[in-house]
Amino acid sequence: MGLADHMTEESPDTGRPNVDVSAAPAEAAADMPLLRIEGVSKTFGSFRAVDRLSLDIGAGEFFALLGPSGCGKTTLLRMLAGFETPDEGRVLLGGRDIAPVLPHERPVNMMFQNYALFPHLNVRDNIAFGLKRAGMPRAAIDTRVAEMVALVKLGGMEKRKPDQLSGGQRQRVALARSLARRPKVLLLDEPLAALDKKLRESTQLELMELQRRLGMTFIIVTHDQEEAMTMANRIGVMDAGRLEQVATPRDLYEAPASRWVAEFVGDVNLFEGEVTSHEHHRLTVATRDGGAIVVAEPRQPVTKSLVSVAIRPEKLKLSRRGPASDAVTSEAINRLEGVVTDVGYLGGSTVYKVKLDSGAVVRSSIANTSRLDRDTYSAGQRVVAWFRPDDCVVLER
Amino acid sequence: MGRKANRLSPFNITALALGMAFLYLPIVILVIYSFNDSRLVTVWGGWSLRWYREFFNDRAMLDAAWMSLRVAAVSATIATLLGTLAAVGLVRGERFRGRSLLSGMLYAPLVMPEVISGLSLLLLFVALNAERGFWTVTIAHTTLTMCFVTVVVQSRLASLDRSLEEAAMDLGCDPVQAFLRVTLPLIIPAIAAGWMLAFTLSLDDVVIASFTTGPGSATLPIRIYSEVRLGVKPEINAICTMVIALIAVIIVIASLVSKLSSSEAKSAAPL
Amino acid sequence: MSARRIFAQPARYAAIAPYLWMVLFFLVPFGFVLKISLSQTAIAQPPYVPLFDFSEGWAAIKAAFAQLSLDNFKLLVSDSLYISSYLRSLVVAVTSTLILLLIGYPIAYGMARLPQRWQAIAMMLVIVPFWTSFLIRIYAWINILQHDGLLNKVLLALHLVSTPVVWLSTDTAMYIGIVYSYLPFMILPLYATLARMESSLLEAASDLGASPLRSFWLVTFPLSLPGVGAGALLCFIPIVGEFVIPDLLAGSSSMMIGQTLWLEFFTNKDWPVAAAAAVALLVLLVPPLLLYDRLQRRTLGGAN
Repeated sequence: MGLADHMTEESPDTGRPNVDVSAAPAEAAADMPLLRIEGVSKTFGSFRAVDRLSLDIGAGEFFALLGPSGCGKTTLLRMLAGFETPDEGRVLLGGRDIAPVLPHERPVNMMFQNYALFPHLNVRDNIAFGLKRAGMPRAAIDTRVAEMVALVKLGGMEKRKPDQLSGGQRQRVALARSLARRPKVLLLDEPLAALDKKLRESTQLELMELQRRLGMTFIIVTHDQEEAMTMANRIGVMDAGRLEQVATPRDLYEAPASRWVAEFVGDVNLFEGEVTSHEHHRLTVATRDGGAIVVAEPRQPVTKSLVSVAIRPEKLKLSRRGPASDAVTSEAINRLEGVVTDVGYLGGSTVYKVKLDSGAVVRSSIANTSRLDRDTYSAGQRVVAWFRPDDCVVLER
Repeated sequence: MGRKANRLSPFNITALALGMAFLYLPIVILVIYSFNDSRLVTVWGGWSLRWYREFFNDRAMLDAAWMSLRVAAVSATIATLLGTLAAVGLVRGERFRGRSLLSGMLYAPLVMPEVISGLSLLLLFVALNAERGFWTVTIAHTTLTMCFVTVVVQSRLASLDRSLEEAAMDLGCDPVQAFLRVTLPLIIPAIAAGWMLAFTLSLDDVVIASFTTGPGSATLPIRIYSEVRLGVKPEINAICTMVIALIAVIIVIASLVSKLSSSEAKSAAPL
Repeated sequence: MSARRIFAQPARYAAIAPYLWMVLFFLVPFGFVLKISLSQTAIAQPPYVPLFDFSEGWAAIKAAFAQLSLDNFKLLVSDSLYISSYLRSLVVAVTSTLILLLIGYPIAYGMARLPQRWQAIAMMLVIVPFWTSFLIRIYAWINILQHDGLLNKVLLALHLVSTPVVWLSTDTAMYIGIVYSYLPFMILPLYATLARMESSLLEAASDLGASPLRSFWLVTFPLSLPGVGAGALLCFIPIVGEFVIPDLLAGSSSMMIGQTLWLEFFTNKDWPVAAAAAVALLVLLVPPLLLYDRLQRRTLGGAN
């Protein structure tokens, strides 16, 4: 399309430096990430929304802040936009502390959860709003608006008012409006929450594509883990005002840093126990619900003896008798016997609930890879649930 | 959603019909009799515009009408300006010292008997040794009607999505620009409705005007009032009909404006 | 600082002008009423002895406080004219409010049962008279109620009466005028609570075996009580201080407090007593006002 190239070109038309990403001295501090958050806190009354939080975000990243509602992720985003001022700590953008900078003077733009489109202005004027404030000449505004309209595929809609647009179209106008000033960082507050599921999925891909083409830094706030996993390069999982873990989507899922993260991101079976032996890169954990479980040694050495063993449902396999040994590794296999109590058919996979002989209930998710493979297991059937040591994670409690 | 329980019983219909008749019949009768040719208000003498002509030859009445229109226009304009500012302060000013005093002062005249408002203002004007006439009535009406304007604008402002102002700031507006470019265009319908309410209230007032006006500057309602005390006169019917027509025009404009306002409000709401 | 606070500062500056206006033209005059209600009558222009002159400084103010007299208030409680007009104001307000409730409730109830589209129209029809001049609406009734007015003609034609009935300058006429003027104030809050009520509640009641009348008394009416309270107070409070309606429609044998105040002020030129009457009237209105305020808060709190 070539639009992305237009976007990154040096543009002499910009009135003020803060709207032009390429001319700004972002490279001034080469050792400094684009955005550095240093020990930032924010308290509302007696509620500590953000608690001594530190985070670096590099230029060109697609970063997601993920967490349950009330975890402080929106407050953090609003501090980046300038709508809240941190009680303590610093926010450095390109090496400069922006805490005292008012929202309208920040080279950062935000896309609001409810879009906040100006109902009295049409699509064109909504997109042009920020450019006019920047004192851009009329001709340059027209060019930029046309560019933006094409970028979000809204050609022909320029004269419509927001109430004449569909939800998806409004979302695009909001996106175009916040991109028009070419911010160094685009903040997106639950940008897809108001769309229905189908539209949300296609828009996710479009946002990723857009971010890649523009090479801009996107910071998105979401409570939807699938959304975060799909779009972001890195995810920061927040709880109670703190970052629980910052990692790539894969690491977040396969190597959660804490029990809380393991439970928040995806589904998980947990066995609590005590480390009893440690040899040949294998730990043995004595658990109450699952007996002795053999686990691969984690990257970070375990220091405490009380641990939880976490196993994702899709890695917990079922068989009628249980394999005598693992054919692939010929290593020890963890076997748990029990009875199927519930079968949930989800289309692509089936979830079985298995009540172990110890009384604990575990979930196993099995992909339905062939069409005529009817329910392999049915309620009441005795099965063996098994998993490999490499497929589970040890988490300190 | 089925509204099955919403069946109208004959009792409901009768109540509604009688209620509406009670509200409108007297006005309709008044309007019809204003076109009566007979000097006796109660005897029908055929259709005529005689009493309208009479009014346009009645110097004192015309002066009073002109005085009333001027007072209404000026006081409504000042009241709208001040009332809007007050609403902005109350809704957007968060907590500040003296806020509850301000809202109390704006709330009290809405419920205070007019005799008290009128009396207290007159005492002020006497103490200030101000000459009573156009300006004293205008000030008195402004004081009363700005409270109504505040209520109207306040409710619109409070229902406005705050993220619109934040978006404006995010896109480069300082707070004052954000207000002028985003908030103001969105509350204009409420401001217009407030002006019209203030105008009609001023046009309607007898009590406060009686206290605060001086000799030789009676408003139309004061004149009508003194005539009415002496009994029914056909000319008064004609004047009343014209006032009703004027107010009807204002109501039509106001309802059009509020329709506009509600459709804007709908689009301002998140999806 | 938060976004709200970024806005708060300029918004507070905006409030300065209306603030000063209200202090000068509402609060200060009110102080004058209090002051004059405590001073002595004089046959002069203005017809009262000023309590103190601001130009004379602090000493004069101190001297003035020594002179404060409660004479005017003593007069109010000792003179039967005032006591009877206060009582009459209360009686008229209570009676009118009850009549308004009896007439307004069925209308509001009928409105709430109209199809949605008609409800908006009915609401508009109720609001329009509120915009129409108050004085004109009273005048319209004088047209109808006068000796050879339409009402008497209809009654005579129907042979319900043999001689014309005297309507004007009676309490009946005054009540008609009050009810007519304040009906929208009663209907609107009633309608608001009745329209909000879920129709499924009535369906549930009839499903549980209640007859329509019983479900009205057991479900609809109790739930509409906040509206009844709001409407009643919204009518009661201004009716107590009413002046124009009793002056034009009722007889002159007994007066409401607003009329007494007017008489003292304009006819007797006894400003201190008029001011004292105004203060007393306000005191009378404080309890229902507080009640109304509490009711509003509670309904708002319930809505959240």
